[in-house]
Amino acid sequence: MHYSWDWLIFFKPSVTGEGVYGLMLLRGLLWTVVLSLLAWTLALGLGLIAGVARTLPNRAARYLSTAYIHCFRNTPLLVQLFLWYFVVPELLPVDWGNALKQMNPTTNQFLTVLVALTLYTAAKAAEQVRAGIESVPRSQKQAAMALGLGTVAAYRHVILPQALRIVIPPLTSDFLNVFKNSAVALTIGLMELTGQTRQLSEFSAHPFEAFIAATVIYMAITYGVIVLMRRIEFRVRVPGLLGAA
Amino acid sequence: MTFKPTIHAALIRPCLALAGLALCASVAAQTVQPLDGTLKKIKDTGTITVATRGASIPFNYLDDNNKQAGFAWEISQRVVEQVKKDLKLAKLEVKTLEVTPQTRIPLVANQTVDLECSSTTNNAERQNQVSFSTTFFVVGARLLVRKSSGIKHWSDLVGKNVVVSAGTTAERMLRQLNEKNKWGINIILAKDINENFLTVETGRAVAATQDDIILFSNIARARNPADWEVVGVPQQKEAYGCMLRKGDVTFKKLVDGVITGMMRSGEFASLYEKYFLKPIAVKGNVTVNFPMSPDMQELMRHPNDQPL
Repeated sequence: MHYSWDWLIFFKPSVTGEGVYGLMLLRGLLWTVVLSLLAWTLALGLGLIAGVARTLPNRAARYLSTAYIHCFRNTPLLVQLFLWYFVVPELLPVDWGNALKQMNPTTNQFLTVLVALTLYTAAKAAEQVRAGIESVPRSQKQAAMALGLGTVAAYRHVILPQALRIVIPPLTSDFLNVFKNSAVALTIGLMELTGQTRQLSEFSAHPFEAFIAATVIYMAITYGVIVLMRRIEFRVRVPGLLGAA
Repeated sequence: MTFKPTIHAALIRPCLALAGLALCASVAAQTVQPLDGTLKKIKDTGTITVATRGASIPFNYLDDNNKQAGFAWEISQRVVEQVKKDLKLAKLEVKTLEVTPQTRIPLVANQTVDLECSSTTNNAERQNQVSFSTTFFVVGARLLVRKSSGIKHWSDLVGKNVVVSAGTTAERMLRQLNEKNKWGINIILAKDINENFLTVETGRAVAATQDDIILFSNIARARNPADWEVVGVPQQKEAYGCMLRKGDVTFKKLVDGVITGMMRSGEFASLYEKYFLKPIAVKGNVTVNFPMSPDMQELMRHPNDQPL
């Protein structure tokens, strides 16, 4: 292989005159972290609501959340993002569409990715929550009802406390995926970590160093997430229940 | 070229005197200096891998009939023919591999691809990883705007949204310009040529910056070409060349020889006419309509491999 390695490239000034190359990665990292954490927080809330709604006795709530989950979980995130960014503004009333398009482009791109990523992630999280709820034995709910609790109280005090503990491990995977999925932002021009890595590789002509650095950064982030989720799992465990040792 | 004419002449004359031409050929093949680099690989494996592009119109693209075509693609085909001739191969298998602006340099550097001819700018950073052939096209970045936008010069962009393809030399130029003059341009990055145009077409940006030739081909493919125009004086010129393995002198000599040979024989000019002045099989039939620039005429008079 005729490749000239240069690991000091990150400390050399960029050809664009905007600081050193390493700064590009840092800027990208910042977008990735902010975007992913915000999307995850929102998705967790929305996913909880949609997941619970899928198990409710109320038929309308069930259908609505099933439709939402099916649409957003079963189509590629890239396609969804493209629709949100290029198609939705054209479908809105002309004034609204123009207002969206004339916004500061970075803000516009950020909000678009945030919406797309949140809805996509929430749909997946909702399925985890539903599975968690269904894994709680039916007799628990029946016992709660027999004690005189209503649906809300039964969910609040009996079902959800158990279901949510069960789904912490699978939700960890979704949490990791948010960070990795946030890379789709580059397709509409928001230069998060992967986007900046590509830029760095193009401008400096040192693609391998750039991508190896990005890989290490992603691994560090996801490892941090795993450690955090392990801690949460450990902290909230109920000894003797669910085999949580 | 591997077979220097002097070697040929020196060998052929005594050979002819002694025996038949058939014997001579086999002797010549054995006495020539050993092959190295790309040519050795091609000879050993009987295959050459040529890079293709999906939509680098009119340099290297898939046309309406799903066939690879383009100005630079045809140049790479001439190189393949020359390789086959020089190596005296009865059969040379040509593999193609589609590359993107992001993958082309790593794929040439790690030797997956032997030759990449499309719209790749020759510059100093890239020369750290790959070598470039003789230049076959000269471009300069300009602006694509709606005729009704009123934008005529680069300085009209102050405070506006401008789209540019991510990672291109045009982006680098725009950032430098913006940074130097403190124009406060909002730079929107598009991931490819098509998205670049979509961004101005939908009104997210007032102008698109790209190599001029790409802008002209975008206009040719637009829904309503009469709405659009290319403005702004190019800030700097760029040279497109074929990429090959870094420091592979023998192969570079062969590729350079093919390109300069085409320029001398007039084949280059007729190929230019075919792709830049006549209709090509893209989106029905469009014409890029890009007469040869003075820079190109100068290049044909003095072929060279220098970045601009």
